[in-house]
Parts: sequence; structure tokens; C-alpha cells
Amino acid sequence: MSKKVQSDAERKRETMEKSLTQMGQLIYDQIQNREFPWIHMQSRSTDNIIYDPDERQYILGPRMIRRHSRNIRHIRPFTQLVWTSWFAKELVRLRKTSTLREVYYSARGQRDIEYSGQQESDNIITDLEVALNRAREDFHIFPEERSSIFGDLTIEYTVPGYEGRRMNLTDHPDGAMIGPAVTSSDFIETTADKVLVVEKGAMFTRLVEERAHEKFNAILIHTAGQSPRATRGIINRLSKDHGLPAYIFTDADPWGLHIAMVIISGSANAAHLRGLSTPSARWIGVNGTDIINYKLPTEPLSDFDRKRLTELKRDPRYVGEMWQKELDILIELDQKAELEAFSKFGLTYIVDEYLPAKLGM
Amino acid sequence: MSPSDFFYRNREIAGFSNPSRATYTAVRELLENSLDAAESLEVPPNIFLRISEVAGQTESETKFYIMRVEDNGTGVPADHIPSAFGQIFYGSKYELKQARGTFGLGGTMAVLYGQITTHEPVKIESSTGGDIHEFIMNIDIQNNRANIFKHNIRQNPTGWRGTSIEIQMDGDYSRIMHRLIEYLKQTAMVVPYADITYIDPKGRLYKYERGTDTLPPLPQPVRPHPHGIDVEMVKRLISTDKKSRNMKSFMMENFQGVGAITAEKFLKSADINLKSKPKTLSSEEMVRIVRATKDYEGFKRPIASCLSPIGVELFETGISKELGISEDDYLKVVTRKPSTYLGYPFIVEAAVAAGNTIRKSHGPGIHIYRFANRIPLLFDEGSGVIWKAAHKNINWKTYSVEKDTSIVIAVHVCSTKIPYKSVGKEFMADQPNVEKEVTNAIREAARGVRSYISKRTRIQREKRRLNIFNNYLPVIAQFATRLSEKEEMPDITPLLTAVSTVIPEEKSTLAEVPQIVEESSE
Repeated sequence: MSKKVQSDAERKRETMEKSLTQMGQLIYDQIQNREFPWIHMQSRSTDNIIYDPDERQYILGPRMIRRHSRNIRHIRPFTQLVWTSWFAKELVRLRKTSTLREVYYSARGQRDIEYSGQQESDNIITDLEVALNRAREDFHIFPEERSSIFGDLTIEYTVPGYEGRRMNLTDHPDGAMIGPAVTSSDFIETTADKVLVVEKGAMFTRLVEERAHEKFNAILIHTAGQSPRATRGIINRLSKDHGLPAYIFTDADPWGLHIAMVIISGSANAAHLRGLSTPSARWIGVNGTDIINYKLPTEPLSDFDRKRLTELKRDPRYVGEMWQKELDILIELDQKAELEAFSKFGLTYIVDEYLPAKLGM
Repeated sequence: MSPSDFFYRNREIAGFSNPSRATYTAVRELLENSLDAAESLEVPPNIFLRISEVAGQTESETKFYIMRVEDNGTGVPADHIPSAFGQIFYGSKYELKQARGTFGLGGTMAVLYGQITTHEPVKIESSTGGDIHEFIMNIDIQNNRANIFKHNIRQNPTGWRGTSIEIQMDGDYSRIMHRLIEYLKQTAMVVPYADITYIDPKGRLYKYERGTDTLPPLPQPVRPHPHGIDVEMVKRLISTDKKSRNMKSFMMENFQGVGAITAEKFLKSADINLKSKPKTLSSEEMVRIVRATKDYEGFKRPIASCLSPIGVELFETGISKELGISEDDYLKVVTRKPSTYLGYPFIVEAAVAAGNTIRKSHGPGIHIYRFANRIPLLFDEGSGVIWKAAHKNINWKTYSVEKDTSIVIAVHVCSTKIPYKSVGKEFMADQPNVEKEVTNAIREAARGVRSYISKRTRIQREKRRLNIFNNYLPVIAQFATRLSEKEEMPDITPLLTAVSTVIPEEKSTLAEVPQIVEESSE
């Protein structure tokens, strides 16, 4: 880790501002040339979302669409897109951040383009991501935050008022919320050599209490269920840019498996984005084999669980032998187990015994 | 009991059942009299109507009103005035023609009602062109004749011709106001050649100006058709017929469409001696004749020259002016060919109107105006044959008329005998032939509605489309300018011009919208 990264965030911000301006320029020129403005972008319809085994994630296919203001059905979303671009540019220019919810509300009072609901607004933001080929976090729009990070990682803020200020992520024992400030910060230095990702808040707290970050020399991340894109982005950055392998630790049920899979291979919804998936990340459990080996207390699968398992069996992201085997075990056992199941062996068992075994220590 | 006495005791039959209804009926009777008077002179009617409260009354539900109606009609000859307004009598003419008078009582019932509620005399002024005769009088109910209090003769320097009548009566204006105004408006629809001025008790002026000076042709009186007679009528015809020496000539003289051959054949079918003298006919024979007319099929169809339909042009004028129909609205009027029921000739006319004007003034749904012999029918709409025809017999989906479409249907039935269903004479019975004609008339008038609606929908869609571009393009331009950090907005007029020029092109395809074929009538 070096210090030259300090200007990274700023440079990124400037590029963003420039490409938004260029988009405005494009539309402006089209109108000047007596042309109905339009924008070319990749289609996000389901038949254009393809799994790329090489990238190990979903990607958008080659099909392009035009969002054209000459088209009576397109002109409203097109106008909303232009408005949203302007809104994003103001955020970037003023170094402010906003949430999806706020964007939805900000359009209130804009005659004719007012969003009919959050869904419409979110959709337009995704359109803008596709059109610009950038994640919304890059133009300072964030979802509601709920995941957190803890460990020996020193970050340097780039958000206004905090520029240059540094913080070590062990400073706060509840962990730092992964919000715009953390997401936009530069990662300065760390002594950790791995990232440990958990699905649940209770387990995250336990790991912090048991000083797992020191014991395993790891940065701890709590996803709070399916991980937000900012969190997946950070896992990717730590893994790819800083060489820290990531280990994911979830419940032994289809939902836990899929939390891990989305971190590894991304989601269909974000098929237009890169840098969110971490193919090198590894799911270390709890898996079906653990249920048997540790004789973990279990619960029977629900119909909903079974249905989800069969769906995952057919999902292209699960083609790997290991995945198919784990899915089969769960189906065969017809049981599931939660992370908390290890409490049967005492509160510290998971840190003292299970994780070291899994991490090969 | 004299006829006056009878109506005194049974005044609800004639529409004077309560103070508010009586107010309405009195206006109707007097106004219709006036219209008849002007029409028979073939001049466009000028009618002045004023209802004012008698001064110095305490607040109560009903009040005494002075009702004044003045016209420019024929005027009543001075020696006829007492009997025309002070006597209720049965006519003895058996010629038939279409006439307004609902009960054949003219204004006399109103005079009678005013008299029994206020005990005030009626004041009548009339001129047939010469002097003006003024009568102050009332009705001697028991003896069925006029009591004349005063008869003044005045000079007539302005050459006024017409009649004015002033009646005091107990009434209830507030309850009937809306109906009354509606009645005047609808009258103006079917009598578009009349100027009607009305000043209400609050001093408000309502003016219904004529939209044309043309009057429809007067109905020609005709002899009765054999299918429409009864025993009483035969009896009276015999008593008034001074000429006929035998039954054959009696049939030929007194009925329409009966020639020598028909008379012979018919009398044979009724088993009546051709040569017997009418005066010697027994009651039993009269009954036989009446019965036989119902079965005999050799008579010609009733003549329709006794009818006076409004006509397409006048009806159109009336509806247009009263509903404010514009060029963008749909209005189609049809006059059907004469038809008959039970020996009475009748003609149905129908108008269908749709469009923005109707939507704004009437709201969604089917709105019906009913007329019989140029009189609006305002009460009991749901019970009449016109309602049935419009709501039950016609599948409006075929005409692209949906629940939220606004249309107006106006139907006028004229006949020597309107098939009223009840004594109130506010709605017509569903005589099969009348129902069929009404249904077909509405269908015929509605035939263009479908293509009108689809055309309008298209134009509206185009307008909406254009509106969308008008709304969004400026916003795009505005934010593109801000986004690209330009000073000036790009010019969007070429783009707006480009979208708007598409409209006429789409319009031209409208002619291809197929006309729907009329459904076969049952």
C-alpha cells in the first residue's frame, strides 16, 4: 500500500463528472442538430443477461437498445434519465452523496417526470449505470446502509470535511458502517492477510469479542443478509487490489449458500457492472458435511427451502462440482443448520475450533 | 255533474295534484295554447311568460302567484273568449290532426285551479288584429259557463295580435323551478322557431331565442281511420252526419281511405245492410261495426298528412342551440317514415348527440329527452317506451358507446293519438310498432357515433401524444443544457413541428373506418 492512492478518489470523481457532462453534451448536440435525442445502451432484459463462465459472473449480452425521445413510450424514462444524470452530476460536483430513496423524493415536484414509485426511480438509476458503464456509488448514490466492517485497515476519507483524515477500522468495536464515506475512502494500509465475511450480526459481534481479527489476522465484514453492492465492492477491492483472500461464512441453507455465491459470482441485477464480484472468494461453511461431522443441531427444510435448492441446482453459477455436491447433501439431509448451531459446543468454540480448522490453521 | 264540476273534483287527473305540480301544469297548458295559436297563424311564436308573487304574503311553503302568458297568435274573437276560457266542454269535431293540448282543456283548467285556490278572477286580453278585448271573469263551476265581471274594449294602435292571460293561483315555485326551466329549455329544443322569454318570481330573466324563422308545415285535418273508432264515436258521427242516406255512403263520407268497394266489402264482412239508414242503426249493429273494423284488413293505411313532424333541419337547429352543439360534436337527426298502431298514424324522429359539449354539460351516460307532439315529457322517464328502446333494445357496444361515454338521445313521437300509458300523460306505452319505430330511429341516428368516437379518440390520442412531447422535450432541453454546462437552451421547435405535422396524415385514414351495418330489427 502506498500513499500515491490519495488522489485516486479525486481522479475518479473528476472522470465521473466529465462523463456526465459528455452525456449532456451529446444530448444537447442532438437537439441542436434537429434530432430527437437518444442514448445507446446495453439491453437489460432477461434474455440479454448471460452467465460468463470465464468471468464467473453474469454479464450483459451484445444486444443494445436505444432509449429514444422520439418514442412516445421512451420519452418519459428518457427525460427522467436526463434529469437523474443532472442530479448525479450535482452530487458529484458538490461532493455530496444521496440515497436511492432521496433520489426518488428529489424528483417530487418536477412536473411530468415525477417517479410513480421507488421502483421506477431505482430503474432509471440502473439505466444510468448501464449507460455510463459505472456503478451508482461512483456517482454518489447509495442504498440504505446496513453492513459493517471491522479490522486493522487504515482508511483515508475523501468525503468533504474529512479529506485526508484517517481512521483505523478497529477504532470502533461495533465495526464501521459501510456507507459512502468508507466506500469512497482510500485504503492506506493493513496488517491483515485475509477477509472473513459473515452473514449475521450476532456472529460478527462474537468474532469481534473473541478477537478473531487478531487470531486469524483478518478483516471482518458483516453483510447483514444478501450483501449490498458497496460491500461486495469492498470485498473485491481488498481481494483484488490488496491481495487479501476472502472467506465467506454463512448458514447451511440455500439462502446462506447464495449469499456466498453472489459475493463470488455477482447477481443478474448487476450484470452490467464489473468489480463487484470476487471469484477468488471461498465459501468455507457451514456446509452439509459440517452438519454431519459436527453433529450440528438442525432444522428440517421447508418447502420453500427445497424449491430454492432445486432452482440453485440449475443455476449456471452453481455448475462447479463442489457446489453441486453441497446442494445434493443438503437435499439428501433435508435439514439445515445455522451459524449459531455451534453454540452447542460453547460460545467460543467457533473461534477456537471450527474456524481454525476451516481456514487450515 | 257539469264537466267543470267533474274536473273540479278530479283535478289531479289533469295534472293539478299539488301546488308545485299545478304551477308546472298551468305554465304548460298556457304556453302550449300560445304556441298553437301562433303556429296556426303560421308566424314564429313570441311568447312572454312571467310568474310573480302576490305582494305582502307571509313566508309559507305555498304562495299566491300571478301567472301571465302573452303571445302573438291568432287571438280569440271577443264572442268566443268567455267559452274558450270559462267553460270546459267536449268538442264535437271528429276531424283528426296532431295537436298539442294534453287534455283538450287548454288553459281552462288553469283558470279553474286559480279560481278555487285564490278566488280571484282571470284577466284575458285578446285581439285578432282589431280592438283589444279585455275580460275579467271566472267560471260558474256548477253551470259550466263564464261569469263575466267586466268587458272592456280598447283601441289597438300598435296593431297587436294575440292573447294574454293573467291568472292568480296558489303554487309552490321553489319546488318546481328546475323542472320548469328544464321544460322551457326542452320546449325550445322542439320549437326552435319560437322566442320564449320568462321572468321568474325572483325577477330573473330566462331567454330562449329562436334559431330559425321557418315553421314546419301545418298538419292537415283528416277524417278518422276505421281502425281507430269506438261505439261512442260511431254514434256521434251518425248524429252529426246530415247527408248520408245509407250505410255505404256513411262509411265513405266519415272515414278516411274508404271508397265504394271497400265500403261494400267491409259492411258485408260486418253483416250490415248497405242500404240501411245510419239513423236506424241499432246499438247491436254499431257494436258489430266497431268489432268488424278491427278484423277487416282491406282498409288503406292511415294518412299521415295530419301529422306534423319537426323535420330534420328544425330539430337539428333546436338541439344545436339549446345544447350548444359545436362543429366538433356529433349530431344526427332522422325523421322516420309514417307508421301506424291500432289505426293511428305516427311518426318518430330521433336525434343522437355526442362529443365534448355533451360530456361537459351532461356527464357520462345516456341522457334521454322525450317529446310527444312537440311537448317535452319530463316525468317518469324510466317507465316509457323511449327509455326501454334506448336502454334495453340497443346494444350500445356496437356503437362504441361505453359506460363513460356521454350521449344525448332525443326522441319525438307525433301522432293523432299519443299512446300514453297513464292518465298523467308523461310517458308512452310500449305499443310494438311504436317501440320498433323508436328503436330503429335511435339506431339510425346513432349509426355514425362509432366512427365519430373512434375518430375523436384518435384525435385525442394525437393531442395527448403531442402534449407529451410538449411537456417532455423542454425538460430534456433544460437539463441537457445544465448537464453540459451550456448557457443557452437548444431550440426544440423543429422537433415539436416534426411531431405535430404527423397529425393530418393520421386523420386521413379516418375515412376508412367502416360504417357499421344496422342490426336487423326484431
